[in-house]
Amino acid sequence: MSQTNKYRAHPPAPGMAYMSAELKQTIDLTESTVTDDFDERSWDMVVSLGLSRQLTTGKTLIELAGEGHDDIVVCTADLGRPTQVIDFGKAYPERYFNFGIAERNMIGAAAGLATMGLTPVISNYSFFLALMGVENIRNDICYTHLPVKMVGTHSGIAMGFYGTSHHCCEDIGALRAIPNLILMAPCDGTALTSALRSQIKHPAPIYFRAGRGREAVVYDSPFDFRIGGSNTLREGRHATVLAIGNLVKASLDAHDILAREGIGLTVVDMYSIRPIDREPIRAAARRGPIISAEEANVTGGFGAAVAEVIVDEGLGVRLTKVGMPDAYSVLGPPTHLYRHYGLDGEGVAAAVRKALDAARPTA
Amino acid sequence: MPSRAVKNVPKELVKDKARLIRRETVRLTDICGSGHYGSAFSMAEIVAVLYYQLLHVDPGRPKWADRDRFTMGKGHAAIGLFPVLADQGFFPEAWLDSYSRMGSPLGDHPEMKKTPGIDFSSGSIGHNLSVSVGMALGARLNKSPARAVCLMGDGEQNEGQIWEAAMAASHYRLDNLVGIVDINGAGSDGVAQETLRSEPLKDKWQAFGWNVVVLEDGHDIDQTFDALNRALNAPNGKPTCVLAYTVAGKGVSFMEGTWQWHLGFLGPKDIARAYAEIDAGDIG
Repeated sequence: MSQTNKYRAHPPAPGMAYMSAELKQTIDLTESTVTDDFDERSWDMVVSLGLSRQLTTGKTLIELAGEGHDDIVVCTADLGRPTQVIDFGKAYPERYFNFGIAERNMIGAAAGLATMGLTPVISNYSFFLALMGVENIRNDICYTHLPVKMVGTHSGIAMGFYGTSHHCCEDIGALRAIPNLILMAPCDGTALTSALRSQIKHPAPIYFRAGRGREAVVYDSPFDFRIGGSNTLREGRHATVLAIGNLVKASLDAHDILAREGIGLTVVDMYSIRPIDREPIRAAARRGPIISAEEANVTGGFGAAVAEVIVDEGLGVRLTKVGMPDAYSVLGPPTHLYRHYGLDGEGVAAAVRKALDAARPTA
Repeated sequence: MPSRAVKNVPKELVKDKARLIRRETVRLTDICGSGHYGSAFSMAEIVAVLYYQLLHVDPGRPKWADRDRFTMGKGHAAIGLFPVLADQGFFPEAWLDSYSRMGSPLGDHPEMKKTPGIDFSSGSIGHNLSVSVGMALGARLNKSPARAVCLMGDGEQNEGQIWEAAMAASHYRLDNLVGIVDINGAGSDGVAQETLRSEPLKDKWQAFGWNVVVLEDGHDIDQTFDALNRALNAPNGKPTCVLAYTVAGKGVSFMEGTWQWHLGFLGPKDIARAYAEIDAGDIG
């Protein structure tokens, strides 16, 4: 097969931005340059951003400020639009600081703001926040134990074709090793809102690992986003998927796929990575094989955190880690990447089947 | 930004405090067996002028919201700050005797969670000017008269984050922020300007939108006071950088102007020589 044919074989990625009439209805196009005489498939940044509906940080912080949290200040590094905290900046310009493409300075300045009694919320692409800024997070925010809230967006392979340099698969491993840091992963916009609402006043540094904003919706109503908490979303008796982020929806899809085959799957949203909720892991171990699912490097990632609990507590259960392999990812449209790496419903279902087969006694 | 009152103290007192810094640096270094003499000696007059004449801090209320904030980008010189904080009453002087011992609050770098009077922890070179930017922004939001002062080293000017912070400070018109560069010329590997040249610093800071005050002799009390006082009260919508030309190891003849004493250890005989020279010295 020629290269050309190989690439043509892929259909256009579903969910890509097209300027259809329906879409136009739902997006604030005030700042868009795309007008009616444009091709209907044309789109600019405004349209693209309009699709990232799960990035609710800015909206939620405006609400919190309106409710009397006048200590909130928001910091970003030329990514206020993609992370959508710019909405906060429009509502409260004097409490919104764009530090330009200077992430380390942004993190240090946020620490300084925190020492003045303010509640800084940083939002940036997770690669530039968590991996470029890891040393500043460690020394300026965590060692000093300051109440800075960080929302790293576009984690994992969400940056897709922008390139492997922008893929953020090592952040869990890096951040999980930093004392004082609470690390949690809201899986959709409602979860992100719940996370900020529940934890804005928490006195410790917290890193929220968020997606690109185009995630499928998991939650229809806000909940108490607890440090060390989790939500069991489906209960089945054969196996358990412990999932975070994007993989929560994929695991719910896997539940439906497997239900048709008579396999009962428990699905837990393990949104608190550090500290981790141990009880669902113990319960899962009593049930059958455990599958961890994440959009991150399985080496040092969430799956490794689950493995630590299994070993620490001597649970003696088989763990299958679904996630990014310990290698640099290929680039491509995000949707294609999820399929390629088995980070979708089919991929998780296949991992569950395999785990069940391996667990079955061979007589 | 309203100016804050200056404490009128005799010049002799400030000189005495600079001597205290040097003596205690020698003594504490002897406790642990290694330390940054060169950097502590070069900043002695700057720290003495700041803490005894200019900064508004209150040892009885180390967390006073409106206090001026002092951070040390050159955190490795903390040994020269601890004696001042103890002398002012931020913590018992006996703490100094524990310097560097197991579990001591006092080590080679300042730690805000352990030591009253330390406004921010440091250790990674190049971080604290950014922190001070945040402090100055926060003071403005809080409508506080607090000013943020960050003491940096000349080698520290090699760090890219310094210039990120410099851009942010002028962009946000932080005239309640003062940067001080202690230009003592010494680094771990040799003469700072030979390791990686950062001069011309005046042009650089001006180009980044800062007022620049050149302090030609950072060991002259009057000059140091004038420069720092001007910097702390420059309400022109710009941050101010004081380029303080100093001498590494100032006050002890065999250390003066040498990079070799940036980090080191004196044996008993040389400790006695150092004390004698510090006591006899009339710097300032």
